[in-house]
Parts: sequence; structure tokens; C-alpha cells
Amino acid sequence: MGRKVLLIEDEPNIIEAIRFLLTREAWEVETHSDGTDAVEVIRAGKPDLVILDVMLPGKSGMDVLRDLREVPELAKLPVLMLTARGQVRDREEAEKAGVSRFMTKPFSNQEVLMAVRDLHAQATQS
Amino acid sequence: MMPPPEEAGSEPPRPTQALFLERQSYRRRRLVDVARLLPLLGVLLLLVPLLWQGKGEGLETPISTAITYVFAVWALLILGAGLFGIAARRWGGDKRADTEE
Amino acid sequence: MTSVNLLILVCIGYVALLFGVAFIADRMAARGRSTWLRSPLVYTLSLSIYCTAWTFYGAVGYAARSGLEFITIYLGPTLVMVGWWWGLRKLVRIGRSQRVTSIADLISSRYGKSTFLAICVTLLAVISITPYIALQLQSITLSFEIFFAADPGSGFSAGSSVFWVAAGLAVFAILFGTRNLDVNERHHGVVTAIALEAVVKLVALLAVGIFVVWGLSGGVSQTMARIDASEIGTWQVDAGRWTTITFLAAAAFVCLPRMFQVMVVENDDERHLRTAAWAFPTYLLLMSLFVVPIAAVGLEIMPEGSNPDLFVLTLPLSQGQDGLAMLAFLGGFSSATSMVIVAAMALSTMVSNHIVMPIWLSSRGGGASQSGDVRKVVLMSRRLTIGAIMALGYFYYHLSGGGAALAAIGLIAFAGIAQILPALVGGLFWRGATRTGALAGLVTGFVLWLYTMLLPGMGNIMSEEFLALGPFGISWLRPQALFGITGLDPMVHSVMWSMILNATVFSVASLLSFPSPLERLQGAQFVNVFDHSAGPRGWTGSVAQSEDLMIMSQRILGANEAQAFFQVEARKQGADGHLPEPTPAFLERLERELSGSVGAATAHAMIGQIVGGSSVSVEDLLAVADESAQMLEYSSQLEIKSSELSRTARQLREANDKLMQISHQKDAFLDQVSHELRTPMTSIRAFSEILRDTDGLKPSEKVRYATIINNEALRLTRLLDDLLDLSVLESGQVSLDMRSGILAEVLDHAVSSALSGEAAPLQVRRLPASENVALLSDLDRLAQVFINLISNAQKYCDAFDPVLQIDVHQRDGFLVIDFIDNGSGIAADTQALVFEKFARVSNDKAGGAGLGLAVCREIMHRLGGDVRYLEGQAGGAFRVTLPSRQSSHQPSRQTTAAK
Repeated sequence: MGRKVLLIEDEPNIIEAIRFLLTREAWEVETHSDGTDAVEVIRAGKPDLVILDVMLPGKSGMDVLRDLREVPELAKLPVLMLTARGQVRDREEAEKAGVSRFMTKPFSNQEVLMAVRDLHAQATQS
Repeated sequence: MMPPPEEAGSEPPRPTQALFLERQSYRRRRLVDVARLLPLLGVLLLLVPLLWQGKGEGLETPISTAITYVFAVWALLILGAGLFGIAARRWGGDKRADTEE
Repeated sequence: MTSVNLLILVCIGYVALLFGVAFIADRMAARGRSTWLRSPLVYTLSLSIYCTAWTFYGAVGYAARSGLEFITIYLGPTLVMVGWWWGLRKLVRIGRSQRVTSIADLISSRYGKSTFLAICVTLLAVISITPYIALQLQSITLSFEIFFAADPGSGFSAGSSVFWVAAGLAVFAILFGTRNLDVNERHHGVVTAIALEAVVKLVALLAVGIFVVWGLSGGVSQTMARIDASEIGTWQVDAGRWTTITFLAAAAFVCLPRMFQVMVVENDDERHLRTAAWAFPTYLLLMSLFVVPIAAVGLEIMPEGSNPDLFVLTLPLSQGQDGLAMLAFLGGFSSATSMVIVAAMALSTMVSNHIVMPIWLSSRGGGASQSGDVRKVVLMSRRLTIGAIMALGYFYYHLSGGGAALAAIGLIAFAGIAQILPALVGGLFWRGATRTGALAGLVTGFVLWLYTMLLPGMGNIMSEEFLALGPFGISWLRPQALFGITGLDPMVHSVMWSMILNATVFSVASLLSFPSPLERLQGAQFVNVFDHSAGPRGWTGSVAQSEDLMIMSQRILGANEAQAFFQVEARKQGADGHLPEPTPAFLERLERELSGSVGAATAHAMIGQIVGGSSVSVEDLLAVADESAQMLEYSSQLEIKSSELSRTARQLREANDKLMQISHQKDAFLDQVSHELRTPMTSIRAFSEILRDTDGLKPSEKVRYATIINNEALRLTRLLDDLLDLSVLESGQVSLDMRSGILAEVLDHAVSSALSGEAAPLQVRRLPASENVALLSDLDRLAQVFINLISNAQKYCDAFDPVLQIDVHQRDGFLVIDFIDNGSGIAADTQALVFEKFARVSNDKAGGAGLGLAVCREIMHRLGGDVRYLEGQAGGAFRVTLPSRQSSHQPSRQTTAAK
């Protein structure tokens, strides 16, 4: 059974790192690097999990998340959010917008993997 | 330094007046007093003939006396005014005494 | 015997002489050679219009009837003149400082520029002066009659001759009095002619007197004896009449419009008063000196029933002294003409300024002051007024039957005009005097005068029965015995009641009423004229249009005068043009200038029309309310303080806004810095962990990941460098190392640094000739800017075959260096953003932190130049400007101090 993750991030080196990590965990990794049409891409790609950067060109990750939760079929989709700004109010805002997990860059690889596993486990159990 | 003589009245307000004026200004003030009294004196002197109204024969004042008296008073007033005019001219440009207290 | 033809010839010749004198005097005044015209002597002589034909003929008649009582007519003015320090000095000062044109103007001006009050005073003056003019007509006619009667060849008719005399005097007055408009320009010609006439009448009367005393009576003592022996030989004077007439003469001397005209309006110099104070009483004394002798000798010599009013003329004639008689006739003629000229001038000024102009203004509606030639209207109305006044005198002469004694007519006029006195004296010395009070007093006095003196004196208007029993039989309303007080001389009775009630009503009404602000202001200015001859009267000129004022002023003052006046005012304000700002001070002066032509009330109204209604400013109200400079001072301080407060509040608000903005900017900046630092760090941490934790990585992978880590570390370093640079530059603590150099060398260095190590360096095109420019700048910093721009082109130029063109040229004292590539450039909407911190033109990862251009801009500002995006080029283009004179500056290490 193929597990698919959609990584929305605009920094190439970070994309490469996460792809490397998740591929080894048998994830199928798709990437997208623009906020504008992110929701459509998620809908079309039907990923099991989304990893979302906050500072995206075109549209902020926060807005993408909010719009995403508006879509009924995506309301429960696990979303892991990454931010480089790392201020407390960002975390609060993200939680209000319905984030599943919020992480601050730079992260440890282990943390990311754990988070992905957890989120996936929760999603499959329910 | 004295301010240049200018149109009287446009002079700057005087500082509070000194209690004692110098002798010259003091004389000036008294002279102004005389000038003010002059018409009053004239009125009094010209009322005097009204008291002469002697009635009855022989008591009447001849008109020549009245003429002499009235013209003498008149000349006196003119003299007084003339003297004051001359004195006032001597003050020249100094207009300080010109202002009314 | 003198023939009538000769008499007429002499009259015409004399009038021609007067015209000649007036003409020459005007010419001399115009050329500025008029020092003697302005001498105190001429001023004194001009005052002698007080001595009219009434004096010249009537005094002798008066003396023949009532003895020495006639002298009160001259003692009154003497007392006024001698006491000039009390009143006249103030009157003249006010007249000059307020540019007053007539007694009506003065009263109206004092009581808040009231038009209505001016009209009342004018009417009162016209009605009072009418008998007086009739008196002059009568005396001239009578004197003619004497000569005509002696010349059987002429067909004499008193009726027609009085008409011709009136007409002639009217023409005379019009020709003399209405040649120029501005009353305050002073009629030098008229005044000089009057001075000449004064000499003529004095000489004539003295000549007759000397002839009588030494020619007929044989010396002084014998004359005195003859006087004592005559009908009037004893001292019999009614005390009431003596004091009343003295008072009346004093009052009339000040209030008569013609006296006001020569004494106040035509006054050139206040100091003339102190000469006139003794010289004019002397003149009066000389005029009176021979009156009693002439009367006594006349009574003795002349046949029973001769008119004593004409002794001056008939005595010499009866003695065969034709020449002396002719001189006496000229003296009487002079007395009459000079009085009529000045009285007509003064009255016509009053009528045109206070009656015709207001009516004309209101009939022309709102824009009246700017349309039509006001000068023509004014002059025409004055001429017509003179004609009308003469006509009135003529009719009065007819109505009164021409029979009454000259003295009686004169006293009627005096009593009428004296009704102005309470308002005048009150206005000059009492600040509490109000317009209502003045009006009420004036009307009361006027009505009483009319009822108790003028109408009973006109003979056929009030019946005997009316006089004896009162109106409707109410005895206490009898015109000559009011409230049942009988036994008084009718003249004393009338003057007593009218003056007492006038003054009482004036005082009471003043006390009860409340003055308007303008009244109080004017009141303060009049009463305290010596404290502030030039005080604020306050136009708020903000709405006034200088141009409108100019148009109006030209109509009134004449184009040249108005332009000159405006120009002087503009220069005073330091303006270049012809139009001054309508400041309150300027409007004040303009109003006074205009009031010289049309009167205070009219001038005020005209400026009011243009300035816009409200005539009193808030400052005036304050000044009046507290009548002290301190209050003004205080209020202006308050005003300053309140504006200071609001300014401070605004500054605080602005500072707060700025702080808020800075706070937001700081948050945004910290977010950006955080992001820019964490992003490379994320990659570094991720790949270093991969390298550490992952077994069995291929060597190529290891190399790749290590390279990424290295690149990201470099990116971090660059970022930190830029941040540090920027903070130093922005805080102003940067030290500039100013050195001389050549632009070409700086560019060489920059190009090689920027492109070294690039796999595919872009092609750089330069023009070495143009780059040979000497510089004085911080060359390292400048190179840093160039490197940044060249690297940007290298990174972002998307052309297939990238080329960078570097152009150097001089423009407007600046050295301009353009960097133009052949890529697609920057979209218009982002051009403004590229110099902002962390702005990135594209999403392509190029390793820049987005601070480069911000740093460049800071550097260029520090160097006195700029860098900006150049629009309208084929590709991306940046323009660097440097002050090109930098090379001529002293080399120095500039340190901009910290703020």
C-alpha cells in the first residue's frame, strides 16, 4: 500500500533533505513550491499527509491551511507545518487554523520522522 | 539717547512717572496749570461788571468805565495767552508736557 | 456820489482779485513753496470768518440798541481761544488723527460712525445756518440799497437784488469750494483768500473807527465823553443775557460748521493754536474796539430813524467820505462772502458725505462702492448742496420779512448750532457718552430750539395767540414761557431750557444705554487721544480683496493718488507688487484716506462692503471689553499657548504613529531575519544529520550533501555580513575612507571580483574613455556597490547570451554610472521593492539574503549619491549617481556622528 506525502516548500535543499528521509521510510514524496494553487494540488494529489511551509511565495502557508480545512474531504487530512519564523503567535495561529502538528526549523530529522509516523498512525486508526 | 521728535501721541508710553520732576518740567507743569486757569479767571473777571448794577439816578456806572474795564480784562487775557504761547514754543520739540495727565 | 456801476465794478474786481489770490496760493501749495501759507498768521486770519457781516454791520447796530452787550459775542470765543489747552487742542488733535471732515463727521465718528447721527447733525446744522446765511444776504442787500438809494438813475428793487446776491454768492462758493475733493488736502487757496478778506474787513472797520474817533470826535477822551452822553451812555446789561450770550458765542465758536472747517479741518499744524490763542482774541478786540464809538456818534449825528445796522456805511457817506464808504462796503462784502464760502463748503461737505453718499450707496446696492465715478457724484452733490443752501437762505430771508435786526437772527443761529455742544464735549471728555445719549440730547435740544426760538422768530408762522396762550390753550407749553416760567428774556429762556434739557437727556440716556463695541472703541480713542493718536480700529482684512479696494479707491481718490497710496503701502509691507496685503493697519489707513473725501461713516461703509460686513474684529471686542493692553497681551499669549499645545499634541500623535510603525517594521524585520537565518540552518542540520546517521551513503552523495552544507554555511555568513553592514550603515556610525582614485580602476576591480569563479560569466561592455574620471570617495564601498550590481546581473539576467553594459557620463553636477543588462528586467510593480530589505526579485534560489540592494542604497546615500532602478531600458538597469565634484573636495575621513 503506497503512502503518499505532499511536501509544499520553496527551499530546494530542504526539499531534498526531507525527500531523502521519507523515501527511506517508504513514502512516496511529491513536491510543490508555490502557495497560490497549493489547495488544488493537494486535492488532485490526494496525499495521505501534507508537509507545509509557512513562508511560501504567492500565498502564506497559514492561508493555505485555512482554505484546506474549508474543503470537507480535506478537513481531516493530517498537516505537518514547518516554519522558520518560530514565534509563539505563529504556533497559536496555526493551531487555530487546524494544524495537526507544528514544528520550528531547524528541526532534527528524527523529530520529523516521528511526527510523520504519528500523524499517519492516527489517521489510519480513526 | 533721546528718541527723535515725532508726531506727538505716537510716542511710546512713558514709563511710570517719577515722583519728583526736575525743576524745568516742574515749571512746565505749573505753567500749564496757569494756562488752564486763564479762561476761568477771564470768566470771573467778566462777571464782575454784572455786580455794578447800581439803580437810581447818579449811581449808574458810565459806559466808558465799563468799556475800559472790559477791554483791559480782554487785553490781560491776550497777554496771558501770549506769554503762555511763547513759553510753550520754547519747549520746542519736547512734547512731554503735551500729553494730558 | 459813487455810482452803482462803479460799485458793481469794484465788487467784480474784488472777487477777481480773490480768485487770483486763491489760484496763486493753490499753485504755490502744489509746488510746495507754501511755507507762509501754512503760517500761524494765515491760520489766525482764517479764523476771522467768525466775524461775518453780522459783526461788521450788526455789531454797531447791536451796540446802538443794547450798549455793551454786543461784546459778549466776542468774549465767548476769546475765552475758548485763551483756554485752548483745555479743549481746542484735543479737538484739533482728534480732527487730525481721525481725518475728520466736518463737525457732523466728528460726532458720527465718535459715536460709532453712526450714519443716522451724522444725518441729524447735518440737518441741524443746515437748519441753524440758514438764518445765518439769510443774514449775510440781508446785510449785502442793505448795503447795496444804501448806494442804490443815493443813485437815482438805477431802478433798485430789494427783492430782485437779494436774489442776484444769493445767486452770485452760490456761484462764488461753488467755484471756490468744490474745486478739489479731498477736504483734508486743505483748501490753501480758499484759506488764503479768506485771510486776505480778514485783513480787508479789519482795515475797513478800523479805518471807519479812526475816522469817527479822530475825524469826527476829536480824540479819545472827547469820544468817551460823547459816548457817556449818548443814549447808551450808562452800563445797563441784563445779567442773564450777558452770561447766556457769552456762553452761546463760545459754544457756537466751536460748533459752527464753518469754524470747525477752518479751525480743525484746515489746520496744518497743531502748534498754530498757541499763536492763534492770543492773536485771534487780539483780532476780535480790534474788531470790537470802535464799535461803541461808531454807534454812539452815529446815534448822535445820523437822522432819527436811520438803521443803526448800517452806521458803518452811512456815517462816512453822510460826511462825504465816498472812498471810506467804499472801503467799508468792501469790508462788509468781505465779511459776508468769506462766511458764505466757508459755510457753504462745510455744509455741502456734510450733506454730500452724510446724506447724499449713504443714499446713493444704498440705492446702488451691494457693489456700489466699485461702480460708477464716485468723485463725480460727490462733487456734483456738493455743488447742488451749495445751491440748495443758498436757496434756503433766500427763502428764509423772504419768510422772515427781511426786517428783523441782524443781531437777533445771528443769535437764533448760534442757539441752534450750540445744541451740538453737549454731544461734542461729552464725546471728547466722557467715555460713557453713547450714541443713544447723543441722539436723544440732540433731538431734545433741537426740538426745543425750534419751538421756543426759531419758529417764534419767523414772525408769521406762530400766531400772537399761540405765543400768548400756548398750544390748545395749555399755558405751560407757551413757547416763550415753558413750564409757566415767565419774565425771562425769550432768548435766555430758550437757550436755558434747550441746553439744560439737552445736556440732561444726553447724560441720562448715555447712562441708561449700552454702547456698541465700535462706539466704545472710538470713545476711548477720542477721550484718550493724547495717549494713542494711532490706535487699532481693526478691520479684519482676511476676506478683503486688495484689487476691489484698489478699484474703489481709484473711483474716490482718483487713479494716480490711489495707485500712489497703494504702492507706498505695498512697499511698507515689503511687497514687490502694487497691491498691499489687506492687513488691518492698511485698511485703517485706507479708511482714513477715504474718509478725507467722503466722510468717516461713508468710508467705513464702503470698506465694509468689500471687506465683508463685520467691522469689528474679535481683538477689538476684547480691547473694548477690558480696555487694557494687558488683556490683549494676555489673550494673545493664550492664543499662542493654545496653538502651541495643539502643535505639541499633533507632534506627539505623529511620534506615536511613527513608533507604532517602527515597532511593526521591527517585528517584520525580526521575522525576516529569523527566517533567513533558520532556513540555511535547517538544510545544514538536516544534511549533517543525514551524513551522521545514514549508513551506506554513496561517496557521490556524501560529497553532494557536504557541498550543500558548505553552501548554506556560506550563505549564512554572507547574510550575517550584510546584516552587520546594514546596521552599521543605518546607525550612521560607519567610517568612510575617502580616497582619490580613478573610476575605471574601481570598475575593473569590481568586475573581476564579481565574476571570478563564475562558470559562465556574463559579457561586460565598457567604454574605457568615459571611465577616466577622478574620484574622491570611499573606493572600497563604491566597489562593493558595483560588485553587488554586477553579481545581480550575473545571477538574474535571463538572456540566452547575457551582456552587461556599463555607461558612464556626467549630468547636472553628478557622475552617473548605468548598469544595463539585456535580460527581461524587473516587473514595474516590484521595482519599488527591490531596495527593501529581504526583497527578492525572483523565486530562483541564488543564495542572496535580499539585503544586497538595501546595503547598496545605504552606501550610496552615505557617499552623497544614490542608486535606483532605471526604467524604460531594454533589460534590468540600475543607475548609480555620485556627486562629481567629490574630486575637488578636501580628502578627509568623514565620520558621521551617531544620532
